[in-house]
Amino acid sequence: MRVLLVDDELELVTTLAERLELRGIAAEWATSAEEALRRVETNTFDIAVLDVKIPKVDGLELKKRLQEKCPGMKFIFVTGHGSARDFETGASEVGADYYLVKPLNIENLIAKIKEALQR
Amino acid sequence: MKLWSMLRPEFWDHEDVAAGPYKHLFNFRRMWKSAVFLTAVVALAPLVFMTVVDYNVNQQAIESDISYQTARLVSNTRRSVSFFLSERKSALNFIDKDNTDAALSDPLRLTALLDNLKKGFGGFTDLGVIDHKGLQHSYVGPYNLAGINYSDQEWFKDLVSSGAHVSEVFLGFRQQPHLVVAVKHVLPDGNFYILRASIDTQKFNDLLAEVEISGQGDIFLVTREGVLQTPSRFFGNALDRLPLEVPAFAEKTRVMETDLQAEPLVIGYAFIQETPFVLMAVKKKAALMKPWNETRKKLIIFLAISITVILLVVLGVATFLVNQIFADDHKRVMALHQVEYANKMASLGRLSAGIAHEINNPLAIINEKAGLIKDLFTLGRQFAEDSKLLGLVDAILYSVERCGAITRRLLNFARHMDVRPRVLDVGKVVQEVLGFLGKEAEFRSIDVSVQADPDVPQIESDPGRLQEIFLNLINNALAAMADGGRLAITARRSDDGFICVTVADTGCGIPEAIMHRIFEPFFSTKTASGGTGLGLSITYGLIQEIGGNIRVKSEVGKGTEFSVFLPLKMPPLRKVKNESAAG
Repeated sequence: MRVLLVDDELELVTTLAERLELRGIAAEWATSAEEALRRVETNTFDIAVLDVKIPKVDGLELKKRLQEKCPGMKFIFVTGHGSARDFETGASEVGADYYLVKPLNIENLIAKIKEALQR
Repeated sequence: MKLWSMLRPEFWDHEDVAAGPYKHLFNFRRMWKSAVFLTAVVALAPLVFMTVVDYNVNQQAIESDISYQTARLVSNTRRSVSFFLSERKSALNFIDKDNTDAALSDPLRLTALLDNLKKGFGGFTDLGVIDHKGLQHSYVGPYNLAGINYSDQEWFKDLVSSGAHVSEVFLGFRQQPHLVVAVKHVLPDGNFYILRASIDTQKFNDLLAEVEISGQGDIFLVTREGVLQTPSRFFGNALDRLPLEVPAFAEKTRVMETDLQAEPLVIGYAFIQETPFVLMAVKKKAALMKPWNETRKKLIIFLAISITVILLVVLGVATFLVNQIFADDHKRVMALHQVEYANKMASLGRLSAGIAHEINNPLAIINEKAGLIKDLFTLGRQFAEDSKLLGLVDAILYSVERCGAITRRLLNFARHMDVRPRVLDVGKVVQEVLGFLGKEAEFRSIDVSVQADPDVPQIESDPGRLQEIFLNLINNALAAMADGGRLAITARRSDDGFICVTVADTGCGIPEAIMHRIFEPFFSTKTASGGTGLGLSITYGLIQEIGGNIRVKSEVGKGTEFSVFLPLKMPPLRKVKNESAAG
C-alpha cells in the first residue's frame, strides 16, 4: 500500500508521512501539484490524500489530473477550512465519509485509507 | 405637577440615546405642538369668527328692532294725539259754521252747545266767544271768564294770523291743568270773532296712559321748551321741568339714544304739527336689552363649551397620532438595530471562519508533530515506559483536540451547507438530544419533562441543525440550574403557522443588562468554567437558517424560557448568507 500525501504545509506532510511509515504504510509527499504529478510519473500509488486548498492548482483539479495518469487511484480529501463550498464540492467528489477535517486523527486517517482501498 | 406626570405622553421627554447613527426622524414634541396649534386654529377660528358675526348681527337686529318699535309707537301715539286735537278743532269749526254769530252770542245756545260737546266728544270744560278786539263777550263754563280781554296775549295774536290755535297746558285760574283750543271765524265785513274752548288735560293723560310701552317705558308730551305737559313716570307731573334736552325740530318721528345719569335711554320723539307739543317716549335700554343679554349669555356659554370640546378632541387626537408615529418610529429604530445586529453577526461569522482557518493549519502541524513524538516513544519503545513524557504528549494532543473542537464549531458557525430537509417529529428530535444529556440531568436530580401537544404536526426541516439547536439550549438550561431544578420542554402550535418549542428552566436567569448580548459570539458568562460564548450565537444562526426565530424571556433568580419558532416547511437555504449580508 503506497500513499501520496499532498499539502502545501511542508511540516505537516513530512511529519504525517513519517508517522504513516512508522505504522508500516509507505508514504511519499509533495507540497505542490506539479511535484505530485512528477511523483506519479516515477512511482505508483494506491491512494492520494489531498488538501483541498493548495496553491495554483486546487485539490479537485489535481485529483482529475492524477486520475488521468493513474486511473485506479483512490482519493481522500483533507481540509483545514470548513467552508460550505469546499465541503460540498469535496464531498460530492469522494463522498462525505472521505472528506476529513484538520487536525487529523492518525488512526482515523488510516482507517479511512483502508476503507477507501477496499471499495 | 402630579397630574402632568400622569398625563404626560410617552414621547414627551423621549431622547433615543440607543438609536446611535439612526436618530429618530422626528422631534415629537414639536410635531405634537404644531399639530395641536394648527388643528386648533383651523377648528376654532371659523367658530369664533361666526360667533362674533352672529353676536353682532343679533345685537344690531335687536337694536334696530327696538328703534323701529319705538318709532312706530311714537308715530302711532302722535297720530292719536294729533287726531284728538284736530277732532276738537273740527268740532269747534263745525259749531262755528253751524251757528250764526248771533246764536253764538246767546248764552243759552252756548250752554246747549257745550253740553252737546261734552256728551259728543268729552274733555270740553268751557266755551267762549271772543270778538276781534280780544274781548270775550260770551262764556259758558265753570270759570267766570266773561268780559276778559285777550288782545295782548300771545296766543290771540298768533291765532289772528294763523286761524287756529292749540295752547300749551297751563293751570289757569283754578289751578287745574288744561289747554285751550280756538278757531277764528272771519265775517263778511272783514271782522272776525274767535270760538274758544278749554279742554281738560285728563283726557290727554288717559290717552297716553293707555299706550302700552315696553322696556319700563314712559310716554309724555312736552313743550319745545322742555316743560312737561302730561305726567311722566320718570320725570314728574305736568308743568315740571324735563331733565332731558328736547331735541331739535324734525318733521318725522325720530329715535335717538342718550344717557341720563349714566343710564342709557332710548328716546323716540315726534313734533306734533300745529301744536306746541312734542311727543316723547323714553325707554330704558337695559330693560329692552334684557332678552338679548340672556341670549348673549347662552351664546357665550355655547362658545366656551365648543372651544373646550374642540380643544380636548384636538389634544386627544394629536396625542394619539403622535404616539402612533412615535411607536412606529420606535419599531423602525428597533428594526435598524436588528439589521445592525444581523450584520454584526454575519461579520463575526466570517471573522470566526478566518480565525478558525488560520489557527487550524498550525494546529494540524502541532497535532502531527506531537503525534509523531508519541509515535516515536511508543512505537520505538525507547521511552514507552516514560509515563511522564507520554503524559506531556497526551496533554498536547488533548489540547489540540480541544482547540480543534473549537475551530470546528467556529467553522460550523460560519458554514451554510446545503442539506436535504426531512419530514420529522420535533418531539423525537428533542428526545434524541435528551438521550445525550439525560444522564447528566438524572445525575443532578433535575426533573426533565417533555410535553408535546397532540396537534403538533410533523415538520420538514434539517434534523442536524435541530439537534444542535436543542443540544445548545438544553445544555444552557442545565448549566443555568443548580442541582434539583426543573427543565420543561413543550411543543405546541403557535398562531402564525409555526411550531413553538419552549425550553424553560428554573435557573439563575439572565440579567436585563446583558439580555441584548446573549446571541453575540464570544459573549459568555461561563468563561471561567470553559464556555466559549458560541453556543447561543450558533443556535441563533442555525435557527435563522431553517427559517425560524427565537425569543427569550427571563427573570433573574426565577429562570429563563427560550422559545424556538419553527416553520412547517423549512425555506430553501440562502447560500453563503454571510458574504452577501456583509456586502
